[in-house]
Amino acid sequence: MHQPETNGNGTFNGAASGATKLAPANVATRCEKCRKMLFTRDLEKTQKICPECGYHFRLTAEERVESLVDDYGAFQWMDDDLRSADPLHFSSRNVAYAEKLDEARAKTGISESVIAGMGAIGTHRVSLAVMDFRFIGGSMGTVAGERLTRAIERGAEGRCPVIIFSASGGARMQESLFSLFQMAKTSAALTRLRTVQQPFISVLTDPTTGGVTASYAMLGDVIIAEPGALIGFAGPIVIEQSIHQKLPPDTDTSEFALAHGMIDMIVDRRSMKVTLTHLLKLYAGKR
Amino acid sequence: MSYDLDFEKPLAEIDRRIGGLRKRGDKARPEEVAALERELAGATADVYGRLTPWQRVQVARHKDRPYTSDYIRFLFPDFFEMRGDRRFGDDRAIIGGMATFAGRTVMVIGHQKGRDTKERMECNFGMAHPEGYRKALRLMQHAERFGFPVLTFIDTPGAFLNLAAEERGIAEAIAENLQVMAVLGVPIISTIIGEGGSGGALGIGVGDRILMLENSVYTVASPEAAASILWKSNDYAPQAAEAMKITAADLLELRLIDRIIREPLGGAHRDHRATAEALGAALSEELAQLVALPSGVLLDHRYSRLRAIGAPASVAV
Repeated sequence: MHQPETNGNGTFNGAASGATKLAPANVATRCEKCRKMLFTRDLEKTQKICPECGYHFRLTAEERVESLVDDYGAFQWMDDDLRSADPLHFSSRNVAYAEKLDEARAKTGISESVIAGMGAIGTHRVSLAVMDFRFIGGSMGTVAGERLTRAIERGAEGRCPVIIFSASGGARMQESLFSLFQMAKTSAALTRLRTVQQPFISVLTDPTTGGVTASYAMLGDVIIAEPGALIGFAGPIVIEQSIHQKLPPDTDTSEFALAHGMIDMIVDRRSMKVTLTHLLKLYAGKR
Repeated sequence: MSYDLDFEKPLAEIDRRIGGLRKRGDKARPEEVAALERELAGATADVYGRLTPWQRVQVARHKDRPYTSDYIRFLFPDFFEMRGDRRFGDDRAIIGGMATFAGRTVMVIGHQKGRDTKERMECNFGMAHPEGYRKALRLMQHAERFGFPVLTFIDTPGAFLNLAAEERGIAEAIAENLQVMAVLGVPIISTIIGEGGSGGALGIGVGDRILMLENSVYTVASPEAAASILWKSNDYAPQAAEAMKITAADLLELRLIDRIIREPLGGAHRDHRATAEALGAALSEELAQLVALPSGVLLDHRYSRLRAIGAPASVAV
């Protein structure tokens, strides 16, 4: 798995790395691509895009929603009450899954790997769901699956487009087959959206892999990716480890997915809202 | 057939003694042999009666376990194989075609691992490329057009993970099957006959009934992979196998599958014909129920089943 040299919230921890007092924690952030030191304050102004090389840092799910909707304050959050029933009563290395969930909630401030609701993008009402990689690798368990399914159903019932931003390592192993079957559940839900002629716009962000790509994420009527994102089923690390195949450097990136016909376009984060608005206008044009 | 799994050592020992007696030819006392055979049967029942999940994984992966081609031979003698995805190639890791079963034409689709080295290479050990899933898709849509029920047989460590699979869209190929199978207008029965490995299994595994052979397993990730991620070492595969609830009995209790098909004493690999007969009987019963349903009811039921999987809890917020 990707190992950023940061403290988990995308910021460079100066104190822990032995830097001087001139660079206290969270003031400076190192770009993971060009390695330049950046002022965290500057990064916040550019939607977390490196001003030097254009690298897209990961956004939290809340940052993502805020960057897209017309009125963040008016965004109607949905299904925030759902929690995993921990159907397997899972634990590993003497740590209960329930504890891991508590930790993830405390760390991220959100209740699961998917948050969702209803809002407007460029005045178009949409059902929006966003994944957060910080929450147990953005993994899809029963709660993520249910929230995504309900987001799709809100589109089908309310007759509005559905937009999902993915960021996920795949299945939630602690929910085993319940997790695997969320792939089938979300994919099935999309068939209902199809019958009401509403689009599903799937946006792939870094990283989108595993069971998420092998289900709803690759079933978008239009599929968009952010530049330089890891996108694939297995991902290059797993491929190299499992079959020792030497891979070209761009394997399983957004650019690779575009070149192989898997997605429609790559969109810079700063143009994401305008691009989505354009698309929503086109889909609204028929009625 | 030898007893070559770790936990079969006591059985191998009795088997060796029976072999030794038999070698003595006329001098072998038949009652001694019979007594040992009874002992072997008793010990086998005992060992197989309390297999751990990890031991079941070994049985599910046994090199002599019956594969899709074996069930085709026993259950679908007039099988007409259909090959190729009409887009790229013919993937031998998933085979399929039409056949007569219980008085009607059905579409049979299943993973094929391969018995000998040559066949295993051809079949890529049952790990399909995108074209395998796209061939399955073509066959399922063909079945829908002609009203043939679909019977799938799952036995794969997972979809193949290499550059070619990624280039040709393995994720999209699986995703598309999930969506099409959710609304395919004919009955679908999926049976896990060996290893149900992750998305590669699910890619032909959405159905109206999910059956499992007694010693098959179905999991989101191999116990080794889960162990290396959650236990930081794949030495913990037995613990992962236990925690992930991957056996037929566990999954029936969790109501994620519908039915378990008993295997002959000592596992399916000891008697292919008897296993096929048990599987055939179960399929025939389930199929009779499903074909009696009007198409609309069938699809409503299928959707409701999918929709209900893993309902989360609700808390006050």
